[in-house]
Amino acid sequence: MGKGLESRVRDVSACPFRVFPKEVCLSRKGVEVLDLTKNEVLKMYETMLTIRRFEETAAQMAREGIIYGSFHTYVGEEAIATAVAAHLRKGDAVASTHRGNGHFIAWGADLKRMFAECLGKGNGYCKGKGGKMHLAMTEPGLISANGIVGAGLPLGTGFGLHLKMRNSDNVAISYFGDGAANQGAFHECVNMASVWKLPVVYICENNQYAISTSVNESLSAEHVADRGVGYGIPGVLVDGNDVFAVYEVVGEAIKRARAGEGPTLVECLTYRLRGHHEGDIQNYRTEEEVEEWKKKDPILRVKKALLENLGATEEELKAIEEKVEKEVQEAAEYAKNSPWPEPETLMEDIYAKEEEDGVVV
Amino acid sequence: MKNMTYRDAIKEAVREEMLRDPDVFIMGEDVGVFGNVFKVFWGLYDEFGPERVRSTPLSEMAIAGAAVGAACMGSRPVAEIMYIDFMTVCLDPIINQAAKLCYNSGGQIKCPVVIRTQGGIGKSKGSHHSQSLEAWFAHTPGLITCMPSTPADAKGMLKAAIRSNNPVIFIEHKLLYATVGPVPEDEDYIVPLGKGDVKVEGDDVTIVATSYQVVNAIKAAKILEEKGISAEVVDPRTLYPLDEDIIVNSVKKTGKAVVVQESPEKYGIASEFAYLIQEKAFDYLDAPVKRVAPPHVVVPYSPALEDLIRPEPEHIVKAVEELM
Repeated sequence: MGKGLESRVRDVSACPFRVFPKEVCLSRKGVEVLDLTKNEVLKMYETMLTIRRFEETAAQMAREGIIYGSFHTYVGEEAIATAVAAHLRKGDAVASTHRGNGHFIAWGADLKRMFAECLGKGNGYCKGKGGKMHLAMTEPGLISANGIVGAGLPLGTGFGLHLKMRNSDNVAISYFGDGAANQGAFHECVNMASVWKLPVVYICENNQYAISTSVNESLSAEHVADRGVGYGIPGVLVDGNDVFAVYEVVGEAIKRARAGEGPTLVECLTYRLRGHHEGDIQNYRTEEEVEEWKKKDPILRVKKALLENLGATEEELKAIEEKVEKEVQEAAEYAKNSPWPEPETLMEDIYAKEEEDGVVV
Repeated sequence: MKNMTYRDAIKEAVREEMLRDPDVFIMGEDVGVFGNVFKVFWGLYDEFGPERVRSTPLSEMAIAGAAVGAACMGSRPVAEIMYIDFMTVCLDPIINQAAKLCYNSGGQIKCPVVIRTQGGIGKSKGSHHSQSLEAWFAHTPGLITCMPSTPADAKGMLKAAIRSNNPVIFIEHKLLYATVGPVPEDEDYIVPLGKGDVKVEGDDVTIVATSYQVVNAIKAAKILEEKGISAEVVDPRTLYPLDEDIIVNSVKKTGKAVVVQESPEKYGIASEFAYLIQEKAFDYLDAPVKRVAPPHVVVPYSPALEDLIRPEPEHIVKAVEELM
């Protein structure tokens, strides 16, 4: 951890979301008036906890050396994927990132197949060929992670183009980080989606660091959401650690997209509580800064809302915690005991099998 | 059969496939009312309208990327990158995404996209509009790379590319658009990807060439014929998957080979042809394989300099004569 650094992270918890360019601080509706039942919020709690425990368990496996290469956890950012997935329907599509495990789990991915893929096993989602950074699944809709920062922007735009060409009321979600907001692909794609009114919601998970580079050193505007103005689309800044605020904002954006009103840029301000990857020396930020953000942990906040506003009991939450722990550990064991991919699968899947006559490969 | 230009053959292929399959559409810079900068798509905008003949912002990354994304969802986009030189600004969606999505996903995702472009040395177009970058794509597992040399091949291969469930890089040549040849009119006429063609039969030497260099190779074969040398011109048509048999069998018959490419000589497609020949027909070779290619140089602007590097029939003739 770094020492003697001035902490300059952003925090919008006092003003959970703002719509640019108006710069109006809107008070969020609060869980009481959202259309969420206690059971739905309990489900969100379970999802966030599942992501957290999956990531912590996988991080331990990375330290043990049975997850290979770099491992990027979603710890601290769980509210975003959880709130977004609560709005998704069958046939929607998601372009995910290198930090995408949460996006998959929130949309119902099988933990066993996810762990198996992380461990490079033959029964993983991608038969061990993609690994943790290139996860993909096609049900309930297409979702694909990515090893290239910003590459989900063009893909997500294309998902939206397909849906528009089919006159579908499905939507595409394009996740990207604060680092990717400075890739050229962001400009090209958001512009194109706006011109064509594509049903895409661009969700920037601003966790405030691109590896070691702070948004303060790299972002020209005060907020990524400011940039919506330049593309003629709504840009909304929301507290990404507040699952209810994200749920509300993304719900509106998805509604707009399904109704054919075009794309929205949503910036979810959050903070990654672990390093960029497991083993990151994190000399670019201080222990104090991380501790400060642990107090804003999105899981603690949803737990508080459940107990104080929704009448949940400690016993109910404990039962969920035990269920999650059991599922995660069973899935991890399953993956550890799974077989390696067979050597003969090496040269399979480079090309899709052809179905039309007269075309080789 | 109907005589038509290479340009019109491409339009016919796209038009027929758009009529056959509602998931097929065109996107790219100036492809709409302008009909593409080489007028390849003249008239299609009027026939199909702006949704399916989709002019884009000047954003190659978004064009290639959105086409790839749409293809993953089940569309069959035919995206255009105006010059192959502009591929340099949109390689991520092609090399990192389209080529790898099927493998990375363990076969869950298919990407039936066609990226059309055109390359090759023109007439003083300068270094940013004259390159031959086909080897980059042929070198990337997961892509199919096509370089048709005749109107008939252009039509049949493009139809196959559109029907293919794999990402296809379809490289035309700026000097071929106005060439004319007989083209089958059957709407199910297809040239299978990965199948080469013997353009001229001969016994004394094999000339392997692609795209516009096939035109030069055929001219060279005529000149050689007058000199009493019987040259066979083999056009692989698709770079990957490569029709190895058609090249190897020809060399086994002739015992000599000249390989031609329009890109700078080092690390190009001709080197791959030469390797294949020594690997599979070494015992049949009567002489080392000869390569015809521009030197390792940037394509210059001045006609006086450009003429020094462009492979012409006489270069091929000279290479053959050196083997005899």
